[in-house]
Amino acid sequence: MTIWQRLRHTLRHGPATLPAAAPSAETAAALAARLDAAAQRRLGRSLAIRHVGAGGCDGCELELRALTGIVYDLERFGLRFVTSPRHADILLATGPLTRSMAEALARTHAAMGEPKWVVAVGDCAIDGGVFKGSYACLGGITTLPVDLVIRGCPPTPWQVLEGLRALIEANAAPAR
Amino acid sequence: MSAAAAIIRAGAAADQRPWPRHALSRDRWQAMAAALGAADAPSLQGVWAEAERVHALFLDAGSPLSASVEIAGGTYPALSPHCPAASWFERMIHDLFGHAAEGGRDVRAWLDHGAWATAAPLGPRQAALPPRVGAPEPPEFLLAEGEDLNQIGLGPVAGAIAEPAHLRLTAQGETLVRLEVRLGYAHKGTLGLMRGTPPRAAARFAARLSGSATVAHGLAYAHAVEAALGVVPPPRAVALRAVMAELERIRSHLDAAAAILAEAGAAFLETRFGWHREAMHEAAGRAFGHRLMMDGVAPGGLATDLAADGAAAIRAALEALAAELPDLVRRLDRSASLGTRMAGIGRLAPDLAAGFGASGPVGRASGRGGDARLVPGYPPYPALGLEVPTRAGGDVAARLRVRLGEVPQSTRLLRALLDALPDGTIATALPAASGEGLGVAESSRGTVWHWVRIEGGLIAAAFARDPDWLHWPLLEAAMRNGMLEDLPLCAASFGLTSSGVDL
Ligand code: SF4
Repeated sequence: MTIWQRLRHTLRHGPATLPAAAPSAETAAALAARLDAAAQRRLGRSLAIRHVGAGGCDGCELELRALTGIVYDLERFGLRFVTSPRHADILLATGPLTRSMAEALARTHAAMGEPKWVVAVGDCAIDGGVFKGSYACLGGITTLPVDLVIRGCPPTPWQVLEGLRALIEANAAPAR
Repeated sequence: MSAAAAIIRAGAAADQRPWPRHALSRDRWQAMAAALGAADAPSLQGVWAEAERVHALFLDAGSPLSASVEIAGGTYPALSPHCPAASWFERMIHDLFGHAAEGGRDVRAWLDHGAWATAAPLGPRQAALPPRVGAPEPPEFLLAEGEDLNQIGLGPVAGAIAEPAHLRLTAQGETLVRLEVRLGYAHKGTLGLMRGTPPRAAARFAARLSGSATVAHGLAYAHAVEAALGVVPPPRAVALRAVMAELERIRSHLDAAAAILAEAGAAFLETRFGWHREAMHEAAGRAFGHRLMMDGVAPGGLATDLAADGAAAIRAALEALAAELPDLVRRLDRSASLGTRMAGIGRLAPDLAAGFGASGPVGRASGRGGDARLVPGYPPYPALGLEVPTRAGGDVAARLRVRLGEVPQSTRLLRALLDALPDGTIATALPAASGEGLGVAESSRGTVWHWVRIEGGLIAAAFARDPDWLHWPLLEAAMRNGMLEDLPLCAASFGLTSSGVDL
């Protein structure tokens, strides 16, 4: 599509920002500014996230995919999902950590360079959630040092974003 | 009537509701199995187990038909030699219950990757088995034989944000000679967790079988429980369940369309479909207090009523979508490059789709017209009417078109439902009784079945058949001898999920 077609389309259908997201636009701007300063100090221009689905129901994944879509546009905060663990700064895990995923999770973590952080997203990643006590689960991301938890079943994209902001701030404390 | 259906119907009817289950002797079960190869044989939907018997569910001209056989000496006669679609189920039954499918065509482990504390965790002899020691065994794959063949393993951690799955690709140059899928990484022990809990409490497990179809799973489960206990949900609950289900359907189709168009390199269309998907999420959150509407459906009715401004939020999202959708579809039609990119890719032949009982967009894009909302049907759909779009092409383009064709249908249903919402209560209390029930619901990915046995007000046994049980093997078939580089696009058009199949 040419730029003219795109422009005409935008004029006809309005901009691609959710009206419901309007009250959050300020938070988003503030977030972007803070992230900018903090993330650059520690790790350079942007933070790369490697997601590991540790056997959840796909609900958390669904909201994470929404987070990368146009409405939230994660990349404007300097956060992006990558496929190679070697390029990742953050391991973001979802799911109750099924026993069958423990090895793959450990390997992904081992393949990441330092410094690295682990974020557990969703109630079942935190303590197993409703799957607590199952013969097939380890009760959340218990096999790695978790730096941050983001609650919810699933958390909304905004909750995930706010959580990641907290991580950046904590790790960008001065005198490091 | 086909020979297999006649054998099943001749079996003594057990009290499964609303459709009876026919208990067969081992000999009659074996005769039924042998007759499943016939062209007019009923279509296998699923096979599952409890401690002392194995169940098989078929659709015979649209009607559910159930058969069961008692376990003897730890075995039952396999269905897979005559009906390949039974194979994954037989492997699952072996791993969870320890029942062996005698003569099964594939006896490799499936859900059990060797990492659980015990073998056969749901089986009758589970306690007698020694605990596992040592490292998990690596999964076995089919061997590749031939010149210049390369095997590539992808996963279980693969893709940017994805559920765990392992794809074993056998390639010859750029050609994908064989694709083999290995699932089970997301096995959570859901069926075991449901046992011994009251049906209302167990609903949270049904709702977490597959996040993208949480309403459909919750609904099929509720239908099964209500059938088992003879409970009828109030009219307002029935209508609002359909509102949730159709919202979930539209959102999922938009999600799948955005994913397909992303793989096809159509960034603008991807963005627009993604935008409307998000608007549906937001509307659902406003209407029912949860963006995925998880735990909204409860056995007996609903757990949440519609919020005061809920109908307005849903209507606004539908208006915006209806205003732009025709334009987006026109762009799709007019783009010659998109048409070339999607046409003929990942073609699924109609006879294969039929052999594996494909439903939802995978089935409809290969000419199969079934929809559980109409046949066998459940309220409120038969009264509202519904057109089910089908295509004959069986390729990526056809699967995308079927999805987009369902969106206006669901929009019409939603408007009709919101215009005539009944007043009144949203739930009927469940008696602490006993019974066996089978429930069905149509998800955006196809037909979902749930089966429950309730004893004295507690779940004694349960099973959930996510539609992707039968769709993953069809993805394997559709990609056979395709181009390696087409796999991501083809996989997006199937839109398959792991968790519901992994249980
Ligand atoms: S926290 Fe909830 S939504 Fe997320 S994976 Fe677990 S069950 Fe699913």
